Amino acid sequence: MVAALVGTRGDRRWVDASRRAAYALAALMLICVVAIEVSFLRDDFSLSVVANHSSIETPVFYKLTAMWSSQEGSLLLWAFLLSVVASISLFVTRGRLRDLVPWATAIMLGIAGFFTSLMLFGGGVNPFATLAEVPVDGTGLNPLLQHPSMIIHPPMLYTGYVSLTVPFAFAIGALITRRVDAAWIKSTRGFALVSWTFLSIGVILGARWSYTELGWGGYWAWDPVENASVMPWLITTAYIHSIMVQEKRNMLKVWNVSLIVASFSLALLGTFLVRSGVLQSIHAFGDSTVGPYFLSLIGVIIIGSTALIISRLDLLRAPKRIDSMASREAVFLINNLLLVALCLVVFWGTFFPLISEFFTGTQSTLAAPWFDRYTTPLAVGLVLFTGIGPLLAWRRISWAGARSVFTVPLAAAGVTLVIVLILTDAGRSLWATAVFVLAGFTVTALIQETWRGAAATRTSSGGSIPSSIRTVMTRNRRRYGGYIVHLGLVILLVGVAASSSFETKRDVVLKPGESVTIDGYRTTYVQPTVSRDSQALIFGADLEVERNGRKFASLHPTRRYYQATDGTRTISGYFRGEATSEVGLEAGFRRDYWVSLEPETSEIQRRANTADRRFGRFMRARVLPAIREDPTRSSDLTEKMVRVQDIATDQIITSYVDPGLAEPVTFRVIVSPMVTWIWVGALVAIFGALFAAWPARAPRPREQA
Amino acid sequence: MDVQRKRQIRLFVALGLALVLATGLVYTSFNVSSEARQPSEMSDAVPGKNYELTGKVVPGSIEESGTGIKFKVSDRDGGGSLPVSYEGVVPDPFRDGREIVLKGSVENGVFVGERDTLVTKCPSKFSEKKHQ
Repeated sequence: MVAALVGTRGDRRWVDASRRAAYALAALMLICVVAIEVSFLRDDFSLSVVANHSSIETPVFYKLTAMWSSQEGSLLLWAFLLSVVASISLFVTRGRLRDLVPWATAIMLGIAGFFTSLMLFGGGVNPFATLAEVPVDGTGLNPLLQHPSMIIHPPMLYTGYVSLTVPFAFAIGALITRRVDAAWIKSTRGFALVSWTFLSIGVILGARWSYTELGWGGYWAWDPVENASVMPWLITTAYIHSIMVQEKRNMLKVWNVSLIVASFSLALLGTFLVRSGVLQSIHAFGDSTVGPYFLSLIGVIIIGSTALIISRLDLLRAPKRIDSMASREAVFLINNLLLVALCLVVFWGTFFPLISEFFTGTQSTLAAPWFDRYTTPLAVGLVLFTGIGPLLAWRRISWAGARSVFTVPLAAAGVTLVIVLILTDAGRSLWATAVFVLAGFTVTALIQETWRGAAATRTSSGGSIPSSIRTVMTRNRRRYGGYIVHLGLVILLVGVAASSSFETKRDVVLKPGESVTIDGYRTTYVQPTVSRDSQALIFGADLEVERNGRKFASLHPTRRYYQATDGTRTISGYFRGEATSEVGLEAGFRRDYWVSLEPETSEIQRRANTADRRFGRFMRARVLPAIREDPTRSSDLTEKMVRVQDIATDQIITSYVDPGLAEPVTFRVIVSPMVTWIWVGALVAIFGALFAAWPARAPRPREQA
Repeated sequence: MDVQRKRQIRLFVALGLALVLATGLVYTSFNVSSEARQPSEMSDAVPGKNYELTGKVVPGSIEESGTGIKFKVSDRDGGGSLPVSYEGVVPDPFRDGREIVLKGSVENGVFVGERDTLVTKCPSKFSEKKHQ
């Protein structure tokens, strides 16, 4: 397939053939995905993927999604998504960009070829690998991953990563064919935007999962895998802004191609990081054989692209220069530099263990405070320039013009400062105050610009204020979609600033009936609860939370103990398997009250061990001899014994709620302001991105943004 | 001031800022970071100095002690063994035999973990079971 494409330089028929090859590849990959999914649904444990990541007990929804929790399945998903995205991009550009498309096709299918051959020949990652001995039941999906966010999160990130292939391939195609005008950007900017949207969704879902499922109470920890997803996001954000400068002012060409190469390499690096063992992380890094292949691919891409950019440097040089620092393109450039600087900080911190090993011989790691120290000022700078950018005109702005657009937002910033200092005690944190004030500035600037646009429309074509706002926004979706994204991100950053600066976190040990007051919230541990379902034991607590003497919330955090998958079925096995937290959360617009628990189970475990020993003795003394005597009773007896064991389990765990036992429980309570703003801001931003990417209904007479 | 000169100044300022940031990054990262060591490499550890302990939880060694837990950690390949005491949040995946990362320092032959810095790698996200 790939061979047919590389030879596609002149002849039209070859180009058509290669496009169809991409469609065919997408269809074939779809068949593969469907085949795997069917095997999961039918509990076909002869496939090692199914046996290792699913079980009969696994809920159907998680059977369907267990595919991408495996190394093999996630690679297949990557290849499948890539073939789909490649097909769409070729369908959209058919008949256009004739010189460039064949090269882009070759690159996209070359990368698809890399993934498919990796699965076929790469050693141990073939999704259709079978097991010599077919097990009766699979090991099941890791319970930590059985969470709705965790199920949607990987495909979202992958779609984001994969969509970056399109602008990358077209950029390389443009460089090879020396067609370095803005045509390739126009054809692929939609994919960059789609990629950005999916990366955003993926990152935010990861944060949400961490907040509600991991039981430590944070949404971001600068973990290598989180960093791996946020680095391409940062660079893609920069890219989306800087291509506007190329479209409008025909500048920054070298910068743009470098950005897209960087973000695609970072996307591959992200895919690679989760599968290598190079960095320590809470995420699993199973030993894997695909690491070297990935590294070589990334190496080839970086070296090849850099060589190509250097050889085309004369073509890429801008005929014009930035006229004034007080122009929109200058602000875009500054924002770009801030984003790249952010990415560099994250990159350095993420790979510091390797860097320090290289220089000093020992691996050292950097903790969250180090990241915060650098990312906070950079993020504050970003908010500032996000506000300034839309106010300035392209080329340059006059003093009079500047005064007329800056007065209101600056006044708003002043008012925000006064309100924040008088009404809240946020003044304790300088950086948080800076974010709030700049957020006031930026949001006012966005509203003012929309208002001015609407007012201009209204003078020219009449109509009511709401209708003219709608007209002006739908007429220039990219621009106003961008404003909505900015609004969302500012809301998000306000949430991050508030919650990270002013949260109260405490661990307390309570017995049933005891209370504790944390940050004005009086929490009473009313009673313990316990139950059992087909997969796990569930220990919980009924909590009553009061504020100012009034009832605030009734919460029920639990901790689930899953049966160990070591082949035996014992009561104590529940305490050797995985455990997951379901936190109690009362989310509010102003603050979240968050609580997780860790019950004291040593007494229950002791009782479980005793029961297991007795049960084992009974099995050896009575049940096994009976089965040996009459093998036909085997299944009947086994079933009975399972029932007996379940009854014993229920009895033992019920003793946990016995008032006589009253075991202490460690609660972690977090009162954190404005966390909800993070999720709301993310939703607004994603809506804005969709608004911008949505195709315009009528052909636009003139593009403005 | 002519345009050319202005541009040069701008370039200097930008490069200067980049240099300051880069120096800051390099300097602080080597300063703030803590050295990662496995139990067998802890014998010559400087008391009171911060390290990052990595290794596996020795099966059967976990015990609760008052407000915290005590356990032993061995090298990833099984060698060495170091007693650890820790207070704070215990992550969900913490179990016998799991790989952990913990910040802290050595006091009287015991590694005392810093509060809430215990990280446990989740197993089997990518088919680790095969290698067992």
